[in-house]
Amino acid sequence: MTSVTTNTPARRRFLKSRALRRFVSHPLALIGLLMVLVLTIACFLGPYFLPYDELFIDLRARFAPPGTGAHIFGTDPLGRDIAARLFHAGQISMAVGFAVMIIATAIGSVVGVISGYYGGKVSAVLMRIVDAFLSFPSVFLLLALAAFLQPGPVMIALIISATSWMEVARIVEAEVKSLRNQDFVQAAHMLGLSNRWIMFRELLPNAIGPIIVAATLTVARAILLEAYISFLGYGIQPPLPSWGNMLNGAQQYLASAPWLAIVPGVAITIAVTGFNFIGDGLRDAFDSRTQGH
Amino acid sequence: MLRYILSRLGQSLVLLLIVSFIGFAVLTLAPGGPLSQFALSPGMTQEQIEKIAAQMGLDRPVAVQYFDWLRHLVVGDWGTSYRDGQSVLHVIGSHLFATLLLMGSATVISVSLGSTIGIFSALRRRSGFDYTMTVLAMIALSIPTFWFGLIAIYVFSLNLGWLPAGNMYTVGDGSVLDYLRHLIMPAAVLALVDVAIWSRYMRTSTLNVINQDFVRTARAKGLTRRRVVLKHIVGNSLVPMITLAGLQLPMVLGGALVTETVFTWPGMGRLFLDSLGYSDYPVVMGLLMASAILVLIGNLAADLIVALIDPRIRLD
Repeated sequence: MTSVTTNTPARRRFLKSRALRRFVSHPLALIGLLMVLVLTIACFLGPYFLPYDELFIDLRARFAPPGTGAHIFGTDPLGRDIAARLFHAGQISMAVGFAVMIIATAIGSVVGVISGYYGGKVSAVLMRIVDAFLSFPSVFLLLALAAFLQPGPVMIALIISATSWMEVARIVEAEVKSLRNQDFVQAAHMLGLSNRWIMFRELLPNAIGPIIVAATLTVARAILLEAYISFLGYGIQPPLPSWGNMLNGAQQYLASAPWLAIVPGVAITIAVTGFNFIGDGLRDAFDSRTQGH
Repeated sequence: MLRYILSRLGQSLVLLLIVSFIGFAVLTLAPGGPLSQFALSPGMTQEQIEKIAAQMGLDRPVAVQYFDWLRHLVVGDWGTSYRDGQSVLHVIGSHLFATLLLMGSATVISVSLGSTIGIFSALRRRSGFDYTMTVLAMIALSIPTFWFGLIAIYVFSLNLGWLPAGNMYTVGDGSVLDYLRHLIMPAAVLALVDVAIWSRYMRTSTLNVINQDFVRTARAKGLTRRRVVLKHIVGNSLVPMITLAGLQLPMVLGGALVTETVFTWPGMGRLFLDSLGYSDYPVVMGLLMASAILVLIGNLAADLIVALIDPRIRLD
């Protein structure tokens, strides 16, 4: 048993590996990590330092520009403090992003490993479904689902996951297909290990690098998609704030209160850029081929 | 060649069938359904709703509805809009031009600008220019398109007053110049993401070509650097880009939808949102199918063009 595991060619202990060393020497990845960390800390600790609650309505202080009194980012059309809403919204938007990452990666891994392991007709059917999902803009399906289902944070995460799992499925399928005839898989068969064990314990871990990269980029994508559907009013519903629904209605006040649009958009851009930088750093860390470029 | 085209068309039809099934299942199984909009009318009774359902054929089993819809779809009868009773194909057709105009203009911008950046990045690999462009591309990929549109409107329409904030033309004007003035901002906003993607791909593709034997041969023959770059490197590194352009199509179409909503551009994206608002199921389904058809045609066209211009690729 032990010998089979240690013979697995690419099962890396990546916490001690060269990959981690390459990641921490990647300047963009570190900047990305810093951006995400600062934003996360601000969103979770920030509310304790603000004098206002995110739901506190002060109609006398409507449309206060940033820097008015204690309103560092100003107030919205109901006189609610934008900073308080922004931090609270960040918790929700990032939670949705992470939930999508977990769900979409799980779906994609299962579909990919089954398709790659069994091959043949199973693979043909599953990969055609993947192709079908990829052959029209996911925004269309996403909006249709969000418009017709009851939107709550959990439902939004599920809907975005339903349109975000295909890339992981493709990556895992390709990796598993290339490995399924290798010696260590034959050995596992001869040891009498079950198909499920071989798929998830022997084969899937080999794709861990590309999966982690795709998962990181999925967080970025999910935050963008949530922002867009909430901006259109089909996503997270007020009074629960999200970065997207804070932008809902900002367009009509663009001339008189531009900070309504600017502040949440900058937060989204920082979060998404951070995750994209991290994903890029991880890609370089795991993929030795990009060394030369 | 003909056999290849036929087999690709066959595959595309299978994909369309799956798309139609996914779309229909999603819309039919979602709570509410087409009847919910009638239920909101004042004084509506349960009997009247059932009568409407019977008239529209919505009281039949879902499978029957699906195959009935599919049968009509194949012969070009995509149903009628719940909103104004027009045929779905006509409604989509009248919004197609605006979307294609927007996508086409954005593609022209992103291909020319993105390829140029990508080639220069590859030729000056690891230079300050290369690093700057890498970082800028990743930031561009991270900015929400719709928000960038809002900021562009704020700067160029509201503050500077240079460009109109929305729509495709001014009522009563409609000259080419007027169209152009309305087109610039949404096309540039839509192109931003694509310039980033395109420059990354072009950089990789150029790097692959630079290391090939025929480039070394061309240099060894004593050709000028300019001639090697323009004739041997650029031409060959553009070929894989055509395939990628096809694969990129769903993203551009999705981006066009997003851009249209901010700039009130009268295209398919705007139509999709309006139809969602009215629970106009036939149009929503029609748009899902139309976008899938557009994407599949685009992919097929890209593969055929690559085969035509690159003699190394044989289609069998």
